[in-house]
Parts: sequence; structure tokens; C-alpha cells
Amino acid sequence: MSVPLLSLIVLLPAAGAVVLMFLRSEDAVRWTALGITGLDLALSIVMLVGFDTTTHEMQFTERRPWVPALGITYALGVDGISALFVFLTALLGSTSVLASWTAIESKVKEFMISLLVMQALMLGVFCALDLFLFYVFWEAMLIPMYLIIGVWGGDGRVYAAFKFFLYTLAGSLLFLIGVIVLYFQGGETFDILALTAQDLPFPVQSWLFFAFLIAFAVKVPMVPVHTWLPDAHVQAPTAGSIILAGVLLKMGAYGFLRFSLPMLPEASVYFSTLMLMLSALAIVYGGLLALAQDDLKKLVAYSSISHMGFVTLGIFALNLRGLQGSILQMFNHGVTTGALFLFVGLIYERTHSRSIADYGGLMKVAPVYTSFLALFTLSSMALPGTNSFVGELLVLSGGFAANLALGAAAVLGALLSAAYLLGMYRRVALGPATVGARYKIRDVNAREMVAILPLALFVLWVGLYPKPFLEIIDASVKHLLVQVHGKEGSQ
Amino acid sequence: MDPVTSIRPLLAIAVAGLAALTILLLHNREKLRDLVSPVAAIVMFAIVASMAPTVLSGGTVDLRLFEILPGVDFAFRADALGMVFATVSSLLWIVAAVYSIGYMRHLHEHAQTRFFACFATSLAAAVGGAFAANLFTLVIFYEVLSLVTYPLVYHHEDEEGWSGSRKYLVYLMGASKSALLAALALTYQIAGSLDFVAGGLLADVDASAALLTVVYFCYLFGFAKAAVMPMHAWLPAAMVAPTPVSALLHAVAVVKMGVFCVLRVVFDVFGVGLVGKLGLGIATAYLVSFTILMASIYALTRDDLKARLAYSTVSQLSYIVLGAVLLSPVAMIGGIIHIAAHAFSKITLFFCAGSIYCASGKRNISDMAGIGRRLPWTMGAFFVASLSMIGIPPTAGFVSKWYLAQGSVEAGQVAFLAVLLTSSILNAAYFLPVSYAAFFEAEPEESRAAVHEIPMVTIPLVATAILSVLMGIFPGYFLTLADGVVR
Repeated sequence: MSVPLLSLIVLLPAAGAVVLMFLRSEDAVRWTALGITGLDLALSIVMLVGFDTTTHEMQFTERRPWVPALGITYALGVDGISALFVFLTALLGSTSVLASWTAIESKVKEFMISLLVMQALMLGVFCALDLFLFYVFWEAMLIPMYLIIGVWGGDGRVYAAFKFFLYTLAGSLLFLIGVIVLYFQGGETFDILALTAQDLPFPVQSWLFFAFLIAFAVKVPMVPVHTWLPDAHVQAPTAGSIILAGVLLKMGAYGFLRFSLPMLPEASVYFSTLMLMLSALAIVYGGLLALAQDDLKKLVAYSSISHMGFVTLGIFALNLRGLQGSILQMFNHGVTTGALFLFVGLIYERTHSRSIADYGGLMKVAPVYTSFLALFTLSSMALPGTNSFVGELLVLSGGFAANLALGAAAVLGALLSAAYLLGMYRRVALGPATVGARYKIRDVNAREMVAILPLALFVLWVGLYPKPFLEIIDASVKHLLVQVHGKEGSQ
Repeated sequence: MDPVTSIRPLLAIAVAGLAALTILLLHNREKLRDLVSPVAAIVMFAIVASMAPTVLSGGTVDLRLFEILPGVDFAFRADALGMVFATVSSLLWIVAAVYSIGYMRHLHEHAQTRFFACFATSLAAAVGGAFAANLFTLVIFYEVLSLVTYPLVYHHEDEEGWSGSRKYLVYLMGASKSALLAALALTYQIAGSLDFVAGGLLADVDASAALLTVVYFCYLFGFAKAAVMPMHAWLPAAMVAPTPVSALLHAVAVVKMGVFCVLRVVFDVFGVGLVGKLGLGIATAYLVSFTILMASIYALTRDDLKARLAYSTVSQLSYIVLGAVLLSPVAMIGGIIHIAAHAFSKITLFFCAGSIYCASGKRNISDMAGIGRRLPWTMGAFFVASLSMIGIPPTAGFVSKWYLAQGSVEAGQVAFLAVLLTSSILNAAYFLPVSYAAFFEAEPEESRAAVHEIPMVTIPLVATAILSVLMGIFPGYFLTLADGVVR
């Protein structure tokens, strides 16, 4: 491949951020940001179209020496798992710009620059094949995200941003220690593929597993290190929430898939029951917390904890359906929860309230808004026919195979999700129209529709015809299973 | 006979779906909008009927669209069991569409566009379920049916409507997001597929009896629309809906979807052999016998006519399940044709309840003394349908109960014969007093004025009463289909 496609995808938003610095008018800033993210999305589609689904090998690889003395290279590449997330990140990038069009009123230029830098770094994380490069992207993400929450957030933004920063940094430090241990144990290389091929002794694997666990569990987040998430979500501007839920949470799970499972297979198998238990705990506990919320954003935030529990459950079921389901579910969660945060943002812009108790009868005043809200609510509760149901069915199927009792606990979480989501929808959209009296609510406009429609498309597409998505990840998932179980146990 | 590949199963669903869209588009042209439902119903029935010859001669009409997951397609198949359900639903939609217009106009109901659009979508979902070729496709339509009937239940948007519809959704969604979801995931895990297989998808799998038993009961209670106790309480709660909804949806489409799913599980997922081997048939038979008797006793105590009919439905649905789980061919035939027999008669009874309400505003049986003199057609039809529910010849209910009774003897389970007989006595005890009071008790002075039949409401209910008798005399169509299922 002569065109360095991945570099283009990763660096385009960064270059766009530089261009934005020289723009004066706010409208020019907005349109340029939209153009850049749109182009980036188009490039990621080009990447997916050219993606060879028959192999687990890294594709579109690029390697340039960076710090040869330490074995650090600028190495990019994608397999089926990361390809899907590159696309998801690009998709939510343009959604975020559209969601911030009028919601961000001050320092528009600076905000859009932060968004674009953030996007470049997130794409870098998914494309990096060099551990050092990965770590740079991973850590650097903290800065724009800190700014997005801390500068453009709500009233408690400083506290929330700081909490987010501290939690993630604490996790990252352990990750750094793990990286250094890996570097020396693995023959002084940062090449992720070479490190994956290493056969580390079990005690080393175990220590590394826990170092990585804490780092990734904070990101996912798993109970009990989840408490930063509701604060961050509630305070973050809509675009921040979309990125946070849509992409950042996936990075923890991606870490498990890229590092823990292939590099530490024996430890992963050994600790899998523990991980399944933590996952089931997150599913049920997150669901119970969501049930008790009156704040729309908190409700969606806690539901994310529950839904990400399904993701980790699928991963540590360590079988084909579990892995397929959890990766698909990550994509689904990005689309659906991203959309739900977008919808909370849309209504907040109109009424400046996120309290469910303030709403009622929205169906009467904003029928288009509430119809799409219904679609995404049903998707989030995994109604058959929507994207999440396919993922949930696969995860549960794999989960039952791994551990019947914990699979049953996960079903309880699914039941809870129906309870809090349908309850939320009923109180917000149905009943007598109470909001219309106090606020003049306008239904969605064309710009908002442009943000909503692609997400709605994926809800139904993955729900009814998930085959193309499963094909993209298929070879990589099967290879991952071989790495974990050896050739024989690759069921 | 080779399966015929045709787009007709999908077409039947699409007609009702398109009708719903058309209704929404015509929201400010009432007359035209109201015409859509009957026309769509006739077209749908014609499409369903066009597949009857193939299915009656032992064939199926198949349509495979695409693969959803390995071993799971988005696919349709019109087979004998599906045709029973589809014929009943589409035929009765024609009658119910006319009835609804009369009812809604007479009472000047609000939100009629939403009502008719949801109604049409419900029919699309019911027929979609009837023609689904696997559990995945079936469950999609099953859930759509739960959701689109929800606005029909809260239609009045009053306190009663909100609490009733809440209970409705909590039961149906709660059951499907817990028991049904677990059953599906386990089935997919065990069998690697969700297809309906003649003789049973799970018939030859390598799984423990305990696990299969759990899966079985997860299905039985997960399909809460079948209203097997204790999953029945949503049905009386759903009676807050306008009566046409109670009639077509909560006596035919929704509840029959529930028992239809249970029959699919017994016949095509577990298979009669496995259900028998695990001893689940008899266990289920006792469970549904309890439902049959308990629900009848509840019905006895209800003075609100629709509530009495609702509990009667709970009881009658369990007849259908009982027929299937007795596992003898004759009993199974009885259960299957009871889908049709109960549909024709119960829709008539609900239509009558609606007619009485339209004409007089009365809902309680104790207020209906002498009303037969004002509403002779309505109460005449009510009487005919009551006979069918009790099982007196020459009505439809007689035929199905005859097969059920004979089947329980054939299965060597005479205990269930006693259940059927006791239940019939209870049926008589809660239906006949209504007719007696209507025709023979003295009418109170004040209620005489201005109570008269409303043609657009009365004609459909007379038609369904005639259907109840016709099926009693000519049960051949449904018997042939049921025979096709059992063979």
C-alpha cells in the first residue's frame, strides 16, 4: 500500500486542529471541523472497504524508526478488532461536532481544536502497534478530555475533571509499570506483535495481569472503580459525553483484548472466573444504580457501567460467541449510548433541565424527537431487532457456556435495563404534556437529524444484518482464541 | 411436497405495515383514513388465503431473506400451525376493522389516527409471528406486538389507563427480558441454531435433562402472552383499552401469539418426543389445569363484563396449551383448533361488551338486566358465543373440546377429562347468567330510553357469531391444518 492510509486517518484531525487556529469566524470553525471529521469518516470507510476479512494479520501497516536506540518505532496497523473501533471513533467524531454546533457558546474555536486533537489521539490508540506509541496516545488523551470537561462543563466541572484525571492517571501509572516490565521481560522491544509472541512465566503474567487490570478497569469502568464516570458524564458537555461513552470506555476493553488476553493468556484463563464475577457485579450494580436516578445523564451513565459489564463478561467467557458478542456490543454501545447522550443534550439545550421529574408528555410537543428517542431507548434495552440484542444474545450465550450462574446474574441486569429505560421513556415522553407549558420546545432540526440518522441506521442494520460487522472481526477473534487457548481449545 | 418459495408471507406482513403508514399520512382526512384498515385487512386475508391450498396439501411457503447470525436466518415459513394463526388473525381483522370504526366514531374517541395505526401494526406483527421460520424472527415480531399494543392499552390516558398499561408492559417485557432472553441464549448455546425443526431442534442435543427443563420453563413463562399463571395478571389489566383492542388483540392476536409461541416450542424446538421423555408434558398439564380452573373461579367473581371475559380468556388459553402438552395426537389437534374456536367466540363476546357500552354506557353485568330487549341482536350473539365457550354443539367450541376430551382419554390421563368437564360447568356458571339477566329479568325504569343497536357495531358481532357456528358445522379447514401439524 503506497498511501499511508492509517497515518492519514490519525493525523488528519490533528492537522485540522492546526488549521482551526488560523480561523476567525466561529461559523468557519464549525464548518471546518465538520468537514475534517466528515473526511476522516470517509477515509475510515475507505479503510473498511479495503479491509481483508480473511486474515487476522495486521493490515495497512506502516513502520518508521522513531527512537531506534530504545527500539521505539512509529508503527501503525489494524486488525479486525481495531478496524471496527477506528470506524466507530470516526463516526462519533462528526456526531460530536454536530452535537456541539450551538451547545457550545464560548471559546468555540478552542473547543473544536480540543475535539479534533482528542479524535486524533483516540484513533492513534486503536492503530498503534508499538507499545510506547500506544502509551503516548493513551496518556495524551487525558489532556484534551480534561479540558473538554473542565472548561466547557457544567457547574461542578472542575471537581469532575479532576476526579476523572486522578482516577485515570492512577490507572495509567500501573499500566506504565506494566509496560516497563514487559519491555525488559520481552527482550527490550516495544513491538506489540513481538511482545504478544513472547511466552512469559506464569508469576510474571499474574502480576502484569493485575497491573493491566487496574488500568483498564478504571477506563471500562468496572465496579468498584467506576465512581468517576457519573461525575464526568454529568458535568461534561454533550460532545464530551458522547466521546467518553462512545469511545473512551471502549479503550479499557480494547486493552484487555490487545494486551491481557494475547500477552498473558494463562493468567487470563486463571483469573477469568474472577473477571466474570466482577462483570456480573457491574451489570447488576450498575443497573440498580441506574434504576434510582432522576438525572437523565446519570441514568445513561450508570446504564453504561451495566452495559460495559456485558462487554467484559463476553471477553472473559473466553469463547467464540462471548468474544464476538462483546466486540459487537462495544460498537453497539458506542452507537446507542452516544445517541442517548446526544438526545439528552438536545433536550437540555431547549429546557436546561436534566431531571426526569421535569418532563412528561414530550411526545405531544416533539414527536420526531420522541420517536427517535424510543428507537435508541429500545436499542439500549436490547429489544430483538435492534443492534444490542444481537450482541447481548451472543454475550449471554458465551457467558452461559462459561458459567451458568453468572450468566443468569447477567440476565437479571438485562431485566433491570428494561425497567429503568422504559420507566425513563414513559415519564419523559408519555403522560400529560407538562413541559410544553413552561418551555417552548422545538422539534429536531435538519442539522440534528444529520447527527441522528447515521446512528439510527446502525441500530437497525446491526440488529437485523450484523453479518458484515461479524465478518470484519471474525478472523481476529478466532486468532485471539488460538492465542489464549492454544490450537486445540479454540472453540 | 417441496416447499414453495414465495414472497407472499412477507407481503402479508407488509400490507398491514403499509396500512399503518398510510393511516399516519392521512391523519387529517378522517373518512379516507378509516377506509384504509378494512381494505388492508381484506388484502391481507386474500394473501394469506392464497397460500392455503399449498399448506393444506402438506406443503409450506418459504421465504429466506438473509443470515442474521450463524445458524439464524431472517426467514419466513407458512406452515400448517402458522396458517391456523394467520387465517384467524387476518379474517377477524376484517370484521374488527369495521367494528372499530363504528365504536370509535360513536364514542368520539380521541387520537384515532394513533389507534388505527397501532392496530394495523399489531396485525403485521401477529402475522409476522405466525409466519416466522425461527425463534429469532418470531421474537422480533413478538416484541413489536408488545410495544405497539402498549399505546392501545393506555389509549384513554387517564389514571386507570396509565396504571393498567404499566402493568401490561412490566409483565410482558419483564418476562421476555428475563426468562425468554435466558431461554434463547441457552438454546443458541446448546443447539447452535434457533430454527424450528420438525421433531424438535433440541431433540438430539447433548445437554443435561436439568438444563433442558430449565430452558423449557423459561420459555413457558417467558412467553407471558400465553398467560399461564402466575404470568396472567397483565391480561385483566389490559382491559382498560378500548373494546375493539380487547376483542381482536387481547382475545385473538396478542394472546394467541403467546400460545402459538408455546406450541412452537413444544412442537418445533423441543419436539413432542423430548417433552415426553423429560416428563415435562404432564408437569405442564397440571400447571395449566390449575390455570384453567383458577381463572374460571376468578371469572365467576367479576361483575365487570370485560374483566369476566378476560379471566375467561386466561382459562381458555390454557386449554390450548393443555392440548399440546398431553402429547397425544387427538389432544394436540384439539388444542390447535381451539385457537380458532376460542378466537371466533371470544371476539364475539368482546364485541358484545363493546356494543352494550356504546349503546348504554354500561359495563357491569349487574346493570344489564333486561338489556336483551333493547339489544336483541347483540345479546343473541352473546348467547351463541357463550354456548361455544361452554362447548355445546353445533358451535366451534364443541368441536375443540370434543377433541381435547377424547385426547385426554387417549393419553390415558382421565384426570384432565375431569378438569375439562369442571371447567365447562364453570363456563356455564359465569356466562349463562348474563344472558338470563339480559332476556328474562325486568328492566329498570330509568335505563329504557335511547338504548338501541348501532348498526356498524352490531353487524360485525353477528358475523363473528355466525362464524362460531359455521366452524362448529364445517371444522374441516382447521382440522386439516391441525392434522398437518400433528403429522
